[in-house]
Amino acid sequence: MKKEELNFARNERFQLTMIPSAFVKKMRTCLVWQFFRFMVINIKMLIVVAKSH
Amino acid sequence: MARLVVLGGGVAGHTTATFAAKWLGSGHEVVVVTPNSKWNWIPSNIWVGVGEMKKEEVVFDLAPVYAKAGITYKQALAVSINPEGNADSDKPFVTIEYTGQGKAGESETIEYDYLVNATGPKLNFGATPGLGEGGQMGEHTVSVCTADHAEHAYHELQKVFEKAKNGEKQKILVGTGHGLCTCQGAAFEYIFNIEHEANKAGIRDNLDIKWISNESFLGDFGMGGLHMKVGGYVVSSRLFAESLFAERGVDWLIGAHTSKVEKGKVEYELLDGTKGEETFDFAMLIPPFAGVGLKAYAKDGSDITDKLFAPNGFMKVDADYTPKPFEEWKASDWPKNYQTPDYKNIFAAGISFAPPHPISKIMESPNGTPIYPTPPRTGMPAGIIGKAVAASVYDLITKGEDAHLHEISMAEMGAACVASAGKGVFDGTAAAMTVYPVVPDFEKYPGTGRDTDYTFGEIGLAGHWIKHILHYMFIYKAKLLPGWTLIPE
Ligand SMILES: Cc1cc2nc3c(=O)[nH]c(=O)nc-3n(C[C@H](O)[C@H](O)[C@H](O)COP(=O)(O)OP(=O)(O)OC[C@H]3O[C@@H](n4cnc5c(N)ncnc54)[C@H](O)[C@@H]3O)c2cc1C
Repeated sequence: MKKEELNFARNERFQLTMIPSAFVKKMRTCLVWQFFRFMVINIKMLIVVAKSH
Repeated sequence: MARLVVLGGGVAGHTTATFAAKWLGSGHEVVVVTPNSKWNWIPSNIWVGVGEMKKEEVVFDLAPVYAKAGITYKQALAVSINPEGNADSDKPFVTIEYTGQGKAGESETIEYDYLVNATGPKLNFGATPGLGEGGQMGEHTVSVCTADHAEHAYHELQKVFEKAKNGEKQKILVGTGHGLCTCQGAAFEYIFNIEHEANKAGIRDNLDIKWISNESFLGDFGMGGLHMKVGGYVVSSRLFAESLFAERGVDWLIGAHTSKVEKGKVEYELLDGTKGEETFDFAMLIPPFAGVGLKAYAKDGSDITDKLFAPNGFMKVDADYTPKPFEEWKASDWPKNYQTPDYKNIFAAGISFAPPHPISKIMESPNGTPIYPTPPRTGMPAGIIGKAVAASVYDLITKGEDAHLHEISMAEMGAACVASAGKGVFDGTAAAMTVYPVVPDFEKYPGTGRDTDYTFGEIGLAGHWIKHILHYMFIYKAKLLPGWTLIPE
């Protein structure tokens, strides 16, 4: 059974939320993709830091 | 020669003192009064609380750092301020009580030309019956607010994990210990780190993990929530928070004022007025924050504490404190230079300044119990404000009393926050977020209050790497190692 099915079934409130699919969760720890995101997030954070000083 | 006295050696005070000492050089004196012998990188206490870091990794000795920087260090608590001096002298001074350096319990007065109050929060456990007494944590719950608390939390958590390993069902409750708490972010990080560790230990099925918080919706975080641009949509942080809770199987109780704590049980009242109880085997409840209780006295010895401090104990600065309804709150209510209105040589930086009002909507139950998050002042704003105040004091000392003060409002400042959701070089995750500005400006951004080009969030391993790098970077900076000034606050 898909993990999402279990989570949605656990609680009525959970049914009204969005639960990431297996693919989205895999990408969260996919080294290549996360290395790219690491660069992007750092650039975004540096921009916010620069705007705040 | 002028003397700057900084009260508190946490994020804001340490930043103020170290920059002021660097800029002012040996021609002037910088004194730090702070009760602990060690500096603590507080955000990493979360990892101490789940046993992923040792206490020694999140603290270091202050004395050698201050000696190297030429800062006079007094390991003491500030007790009171005499901004006009006393009957014998016009020179303003603070009274301190030593907690170390072989003089514990001894009192001393220190005259100042400029004073920066960066004493942060009093962890007000005593506000909730059973949560603790005054600033002391009680015996029924744990906290991660200090490194010692976090170490104790880990020991207690281990006991629950052991029972779960033996097949016993255990209930874990994490969140806020009062209707007026802030710092939900820390509790958020802790609950997901526990969940992550439980999965790693293979005992998740034996743990019922529940969130209890004073937020009226998940993802409020004391900032009234935030809207971020994701996948072509601009969405509320509520969607993201609810999604994470559902994904990780963590149920929630929100709009809750924890009214009483007993062994294994909390009583609460909800925003709709209903009351209930929640049992637990392990609970980490963040206490509400208050000012640390400094007193102030006029020249004639009369008590003028209410002239310098708001009723919650935080110091009044250049904010607009006129009481007004939520609809009339403005970005311009927030302070810019952090100078106290009555004494131009006193400033407050970090958590110790009194905010003009909350950021989240003020709410109360039909019984009149206030239940809403008070405003957070996280690490980045605390550091930025600390540095701006140091720059103002430097200018006042070197250019004269008419020097222009440095201005930085939380309504014009962004914040980068990384909330850990589990530690691990390859399987860790964290929610990396930026908000701009911290305090929403509905005049500039009438829909969301914030610039959605600079307000974003995403969960992943990259966020964890950033959080881990920040740990080393900020400890490196606080130790004043080569190039420390290049690392932003
Ligand atoms: C568990 C936890 C996790 C957190 N995680 C994050 C995070 O990931 N990111 C983030 O941005 N923020 C985070 N925060 C918030 C952040 O720690 C605070 O915003 C920041 O520490 C505030 O800085 P401050 O200098 O105002 O107060 P503090 O850092 O608390 O410093 C106050 C100092 O004053 C001293 N003091 C107290 N009373 C006196 C007295 N009477 N006289 C002299 N000195 C006194 C204290 O000992 C302390 O050294 C977290 C907070 C907690 C509790």
